[in-house]
This record gives sequence, structure tokens and C-alpha cells, in this order.
Amino acid sequence: MLYREAGDFKTSYRDDGQTFPIRLDRWAYYAALAVAFLIVPFIINDYWANAVFVPFLIYAIAALGLNILTGYAGQVSLGTGGFMAVGAYAVYKLMTSFPEINIVIHILLAGGITAIVGMLFGLPSLRIKGFYLAVATLAAQFFLVWLFNKVPWFYNYSASGQINAPERTILGFAVTGPATSAPAKYLICLVFAFALAWVARNLTRGMSGRKWMAIRDMDIAAEIIGVNPLTAKLSAFAVSSFFVGIAGALLFSVYLGAAEVGEAFGINKSFLVLFMIIIGGLGSIFGSFAGAAFMVLLPVLLKNLLVGGLGWPTDLAAHIELMIVGALIVFFLIAEPHGLARLWALTKEKLRLWPFPH
Amino acid sequence: MNQQTEITADGRQIGGTLMEMKNITLRFGGVEAIKNISFDIREGEIRAIIGPNGAGKSSMLNVISGFYVPQEGEVWFKGQRRGPMKPYQVARLGIARTFQNIALFDGMTVLDNIMTGRLNRMRAGFLSQALWWGAAEREEIENRERVERVIDFLEIQNIRKTPVGRLPYGLKKRVELARALAAEPQILLLDEPMAGMNVEEKEDMSRFVLDVNDEFGTTIALIEHDMGVVMDLSDRVVVMDYGRKIGDGTPDEVRNNQEVIDAYLGVAHD
Repeated sequence: MLYREAGDFKTSYRDDGQTFPIRLDRWAYYAALAVAFLIVPFIINDYWANAVFVPFLIYAIAALGLNILTGYAGQVSLGTGGFMAVGAYAVYKLMTSFPEINIVIHILLAGGITAIVGMLFGLPSLRIKGFYLAVATLAAQFFLVWLFNKVPWFYNYSASGQINAPERTILGFAVTGPATSAPAKYLICLVFAFALAWVARNLTRGMSGRKWMAIRDMDIAAEIIGVNPLTAKLSAFAVSSFFVGIAGALLFSVYLGAAEVGEAFGINKSFLVLFMIIIGGLGSIFGSFAGAAFMVLLPVLLKNLLVGGLGWPTDLAAHIELMIVGALIVFFLIAEPHGLARLWALTKEKLRLWPFPH
Repeated sequence: MNQQTEITADGRQIGGTLMEMKNITLRFGGVEAIKNISFDIREGEIRAIIGPNGAGKSSMLNVISGFYVPQEGEVWFKGQRRGPMKPYQVARLGIARTFQNIALFDGMTVLDNIMTGRLNRMRAGFLSQALWWGAAEREEIENRERVERVIDFLEIQNIRKTPVGRLPYGLKKRVELARALAAEPQILLLDEPMAGMNVEEKEDMSRFVLDVNDEFGTTIALIEHDMGVVMDLSDRVVVMDYGRKIGDGTPDEVRNNQEVIDAYLGVAHD
């Protein structure tokens, strides 16, 4: 009854093009932001930060990145883990080489470096499409992980082959290293996730996004109306890798603190992020967040239910949990192949007419 | 540029040569799809290319839009020879087209589809787009105004925000025309704009084609199988058969050309 667009008239194209054209959506969005920025930081503890919020925000950034490439520009990629590794190792090298420079600049630069690497591995997309491109990006995944294992310079010749994040501060608060507090971890990830989601929205609603979607939907027609496939595809790879690189940098420096490349950034990560965008919804900003939430929250929820609620032994619960998550993914894909974002959109469409649909 | 400007009976202006095809030959392996064809398109006219199936009409349109590069011959546009170009570069010259089997972007709304037609006129930098600040937002609104004019013109206001994949065939054809028009092209190429339409839809489409030509002064080159439509719409007609040009002139001249009649009706060999 409250959720209506009737009476909410737009008098300029600027108003008509806004992200949340319906007033209630706009309010809900501002309310969510207020809760995320003003309330959660004061009540968050280590468990909630490490188990739920921080991984959710970091994977949401990675999912946004992959969604730009796969969901919007239609280029399938299985190299996400490798590109996250580039971000992680880039930020590690920058942090250790230039300790006096602010960590935020390092993280952004790590994103930039990943963007360049991503563009390089995106070059085959000009010639090959679909499954074949997926295989080509798979090569990126394996090559990058191999490279970071093989060349000791990347891990500063440490004996264990691991990289460890030294302590860095913003405004006096530690954001990396063992002394980091839960609110600090949460806030730095939140700021990046919020800013990048906003950038992703801007890019996809403007001409860049239209070029990407044109290439995705019909590349020949796109070229005929004036899209240069070279710049469109490579810009998608660059932006996507920028996002993924930042996610990798945050995952290593803020969340994990220490990482070994094969373990932290293996092919599993690529699949995890790909599942997120498929379940969340291809070509949707909201879907990237929903998918990340689904894949991060569901195991935590199940674990709490099985171990905490039903008192099962931990090892049994861990195996059952994998099976349930797998089954739920299959169920969701059958019920709604276009992901949670479509489910959400359908609910809202129904809600507009509720409770008098006729 | 050699001809004088003419005024037609219905008051439209037809200027000098805008595009000229000189001795075009296009081969696919051993097959000659187009054999040594020359013709011109004058500014402001509606030029039709007709011919039986497999005559090479679509290939000709693909040569004009830069999709195929002919082995021999030259394409002149606005008094300059056009070198070999990629299709997106041809689009920047001001040549827009529609396709025989609709080539819209199914996942995007009608509005977004038509907005893609404006992409050569939007120059905002990447950073400006990412921050939605300055040039990006200004251009978006300016171009939206242009696009809304096209939407009004083609009477598709009510489906503005509908994803194209949900539309029926006839409307898709209209949206495709809208996307081409949004580019404000110098030459509009229409590949069978009335294919698969019923009489009513054909009438609508014919009206739009005439209106585009009349109101915007857009030069139009079209391929069409419906002879009634072609003879009514076009100022001049090129007739092709088996890759050769067998007729060129006003609809009346073409209609009375013996070779054209033979090609369409068949000829008794005895």
C-alpha cells in the first residue's frame, strides 16, 4: 500500500534517470546506508566482523568487478582468483616498499596495477568468445598463481613463501596488522564497497555501460552503430580488474593479514565469485551484493544452526553444510535462473499493486 | 556535386551526389556476389535497391556500411574517397543502418537501445562517467532530450522503459529505426524495413520512412521486396540480378525496363 510510484511525478530527465526512482526505495536505501555507517560500527565485535561483515563487503567488491565483465560486457572470466592475487601482491609490495605512504593510496594503486594486468589478459577476448575465452582466462588464473609462487621477489624472499601485512594506520587507527579493531576493519571495507558500488552504478547507467551491454547482446550490431569493440572490451576488463584487484588487496591486507597464494587465491576463489554473480544476478549491482551475501552468510548460518542449534559434531556439520549449500544453489538456479536480483525485482513489481492486483 | 538541386513534385529538395559507388566488385572465394556495379545516391532522396533473392542487395548494403570491403572499386562519400574502414568508423561518418533480421540489444530497455544511437556524440571522459559529474551527466540529459524527440516522432512513448526482448516484432522494427535515427545520420540504410509485416504495419512504416525523409531531410537507401512499397516511396531505383545492375532510374523507367521485367517474371527460352 505504501510502495507506489503513482503520484511520484518526474519533471526532469535528471529525476527520471536517478538510481531509485520510487520514493520508498530511496528512503530504504538511505536508511540502509545510515545503519551501515552510523550504527553497525558501534556494535560490531570481532566475530561479526570476521565471520560476516568484512568477507561479505570484500566479496561484494569482487562480485561487482566480475559482474561488470561477465554480467554487463558478456565476457566470461575464470581468472578472478588470479586477479585478486595481483591486487594482494601489489598492495604487499607497495606497503613494504613505501611504508610512509597512506594505505588507501596503496590499495587504489593495487587496483590500478591489476587493471593493467587484466587488460593484458583481456586481449584474447578480441578474437575468442564464450567458453573459449573462459579457458583463456583460466590460463591467467594458473599462470598468475604460479608466478607469485615461483618468483621470490614478490614475497620479499620470506622463508615461508607467505606474505604478511604490516600494520598501517588511517587517522591513527590501525586498519591492517594484528592490532586492528573490528570497527576499523569493517569501516575501511564499507567505504571501499560503497564508493565502488556507486562508481559501478554510474558507469553502467551511462554510455560506457551501454557500450558494454551492446557488445554483450549483439556484438555485430554494436559495431555497426559505432562501438569500437577493442576499447569496449578492454575497458570492461580494466574496470573489472580494478575492482577485483581492490578486493584482493583488502582480502589480504585487512581480512587475512597473511596469505599464501595457492591457498588464498586459487581457482576456488574464481568459482566462488562466479557463483556469487550467477546466484545474485548477472548484470545487476544489487545482485552482486545479494550473491555475495548468499555465499558468505549461508555457511555461517548453517554452521550456527547445525552445531549451535542441533548440537552436531563439527566435522559432520562441515560436510553436511557443503552439501546443503550446493543443493540450495541448484534449487535457486532452477527456481529463478536470473538470480536473486530478478526475484527481488519481481517482488517489487508485485508489491506495487499489492494488495489490489486487479 | 555535378547535379543541380532539384525540387520534387511534393516539394522536397534533392541535392547533389552524396555517395557514389564506382565499379564495385565483391567476391567470396570464387563467387562474385557483386559484379562491377556503379550507382550514386543523391542528397535528400530515397533510393531503393531491389532485385530477386540472392541478387546481392544485402551485400551491397554491407559494402556501404563497411561490413564488407570490396575487392575492386571505390566508395566515394561527400566528394571524398573512403578508404578501407571498420564498421564503427563508418558509423562515425554519419551512416546508420537497420538490419533485415532485427539486431537490437535484447537485454536493454527501449530507451537505452535508442540512446546507444547517440554514442558517437557523447564525449565525456571515463572519470567523469565514473563520478557522474560534469560532462557525463550534462551529456546524458542533452542526448536524452534528442532521443525523446525520436521517441515522440515514432510514437513509442509507452514502451520507453520496456526491455526490448519483450516487444512484438513490428515494434522491434520501429525501435531499430529509432536507434538508427537517433544517430542523426547523413545516410540511413534500411535493410528490408517491411519484411514480415502485415499491411497495416507496412503502412505505418512507410509513413515513418517518408516522414523521416521529409522532416529531417535524411537521405535514405533501402532494400525492399514489396514492389508496391518501393514504387510508391522511392525517387530512384537500382535493380540488381545475379550481382549485376540491370536497371537504374525512376520507378516508372524501371517498371518499363524489359530486362527488369524478365528478371522478375522470368523469360521464355526457345
